[in-house]
Amino acid sequence: MRHLLSIEDLDRAGIERILDRAKSFTEVSEREVKKVPALRGRRVLNLFYEASTRTRSSFELAAKTLSAEVINFVSSGSSVEKGESLKDTVQTLSAYRPDLIVVRTPHVGAAELVARWSPAAVVNAGDGKHEHPTQALLDVYTLRERLGALDGLRIWIVGDVAHSRVARSNLQAFAMLGARVTVCGPPTLIPRGIEALGCEVAYTLDGLEEADVVYALRMQQERMTESFVPSLREYATRYQIDGRRLGARQVLMHPGPVNRGVELSAEVIDSPQAVIGQQVAAGVVVRMAVLYELLAGRAAPDRELVTA
Amino acid sequence: MNAARPGARRTGERLVCRDQPPAELLIRGARGLDPRAGLDEHVDVLVRGGTIAELGAPGTVPAPDGAEVRDGEGLHVFPGFVDPHVHLRTPGQEHKEDLDSGTRAAAAGGYVAVVAMPNTDPVVDDATVLRSLREGARREARIPVGFLAAVTRGLAGAQLTEMAELADTGALGFTDDGKPVHRAAVLRKALQYQKLCGGVLALHEEDPSLSGAGVMHEGEISARLGLAGIPSISESTLIARDAAIAGYEDGRIHIQHLSAAESVAAVAEAKARGVRISAEASPHHLTLTDAEILDRLDTRLKMNPPLRGEADRRALIAGLRDGTVDCIATDHAPHAREEKEVPFEEAPMGTTGLETAFAAVHTDLVVPGVLPLALVVEKLSAGAALLDLPTPRIAVGEPAGLCLVDLSAEWQVGEAGYESRSENCCFAGRVLRGRVLATVAAGAVVFRERAFALSAA
Repeated sequence: MRHLLSIEDLDRAGIERILDRAKSFTEVSEREVKKVPALRGRRVLNLFYEASTRTRSSFELAAKTLSAEVINFVSSGSSVEKGESLKDTVQTLSAYRPDLIVVRTPHVGAAELVARWSPAAVVNAGDGKHEHPTQALLDVYTLRERLGALDGLRIWIVGDVAHSRVARSNLQAFAMLGARVTVCGPPTLIPRGIEALGCEVAYTLDGLEEADVVYALRMQQERMTESFVPSLREYATRYQIDGRRLGARQVLMHPGPVNRGVELSAEVIDSPQAVIGQQVAAGVVVRMAVLYELLAGRAAPDRELVTA
Repeated sequence: MNAARPGARRTGERLVCRDQPPAELLIRGARGLDPRAGLDEHVDVLVRGGTIAELGAPGTVPAPDGAEVRDGEGLHVFPGFVDPHVHLRTPGQEHKEDLDSGTRAAAAGGYVAVVAMPNTDPVVDDATVLRSLREGARREARIPVGFLAAVTRGLAGAQLTEMAELADTGALGFTDDGKPVHRAAVLRKALQYQKLCGGVLALHEEDPSLSGAGVMHEGEISARLGLAGIPSISESTLIARDAAIAGYEDGRIHIQHLSAAESVAAVAEAKARGVRISAEASPHHLTLTDAEILDRLDTRLKMNPPLRGEADRRALIAGLRDGTVDCIATDHAPHAREEKEVPFEEAPMGTTGLETAFAAVHTDLVVPGVLPLALVVEKLSAGAALLDLPTPRIAVGEPAGLCLVDLSAEWQVGEAGYESRSENCCFAGRVLRGRVLATVAAGAVVFRERAFALSAA
């Protein structure tokens, strides 16, 4: 694997290899000196065209823990605001000879373009509403830690599926590892044709009790103004995961940041079923494993390609 | 093509191009195929002074002194193609295309006349712009060009253009192409006014409240990619509405670039009711689907209307076969490289198509036996009659508007560059079968394929 652009770049064995390596990295975070020299001298460029707290910081922490050099490039205050195209930005930054570029953009397919325009390895940290493969990996990691294997698990992904890259990557990763996935939300927020990704569709929470795992998605304010749902109140009434709806043996996940009182009630966020904090912690070790997978034992990118 | 004959430069001529020396050409023994003229046999075709002077059995027509003689053995001669829907980007966007490059691309595709859309900068919405554009075409266009003028000023959908004066200045008809005439009352007034000024109303059918921020066909592929979809009903519902208005006003409408099965049904239903409606489909909608976008998020595959599903593609083909779809039109829409080298959602809509139209349809529909060659040849020039333009014919006494084609030649699209100024061709990289070797438009040889030109020596 040269890049991680989509969860489809991996098969089951590839996912399991990365998760096993992530597990082996947990020990590093417990040391007093939280650093190993695995990627010493390698350069990782964080290229973020969208605001992000946890994804960017966990990639940075992951790279630094592996002793790589990290450059952060965020769109605000950069040449992007002076009208530089993505292609020019990528080619310019490639002159710094990064070994790997972590890219987040609001545009579907942009990570693939970065991979085409730069000789570096590329990790997609979210491209529009398309994919967010490292989120899927850290979620699978969290579930494995909690429940063991995913085979035969029933997982419900609830909320704004239409606008969620997490939903798209996760449902494919969950299915690859043998889980049965149902996506659930208001019909206006379930994209036509989503069944093609190998999931079932539900418009109410009526069957939720069958779920072993409930994965709630973030409900964004702007969906109201676009009248995807008439009001947050009506949404919360029908789709909020609360103490009444969440069973004692179900596991609750959320990619963050949570809108308290909208997709989740306060009581479930702090419940023992919730693994939201574990998801965040898993972010660092899983991203370490992804960086290691793409860089360790691989030569620096071909110099010639930089000008290609 | 009388109106476009070199030298015939009276005001009011409907197609214009630059003066070029009339052809003196004998093509020996190619298979002539002109379904309208009842021609389907090997012939010698003699063009003298730009007019088809003689047709005869192979080897029977003597070569006049000074005429270029070509061996047509194994080749086909078709009536030249006519495209009722191209974007020549002039005035204002000459970095994408101009009258010279656009008509060069057309000639290379076997076209002998094209009709340019008015969504330029400025918009072709008053007689001054149209007059200067036609003057430009008289200097630069390699093949005859006609122009549609805007229905509404600035394509804003509110106020009608001076349609009567535009018609007097040479507008073949009217369109707000690129946008729908969204307000029903505005379309109705344009159709009423049509009784005064004539000219077809060509309609880009899309309900913007349904297509929204969509960038591709709404379906499984858009769901998978997380891209906002443009549903089929965005097109078909507006066709149904406009057909009802046209029927009520007894107006004449032409539906541009059909893409969806529901739209084919809406047109068929309107035709059955007697509405004066015609429709076109593009080579890319007839041969490609949204599945291509999944393979590679290539911005050259982004156009409006979008590539749709396989059932839609099949419905368009069936429509061509049963006459619901009247003609093939390219919607040739050039964009500069830097405009297309961006993420999919950011890219402008449009693909070039003039240079690949015949080869794409031939390769994907004729070679596998989906459509007969004669039907494709007919549909590639049927757009002429829809705009009341003369249809090219291979018959003695007709002005020569024809193309010479090698059906067995394979070529890779883009490998040798393009005649068009832009390279955003959705077929780029594909190996296609069928190569236009020469084109005679308005009586002049306007294109010779490079190897073919060399062999002429």
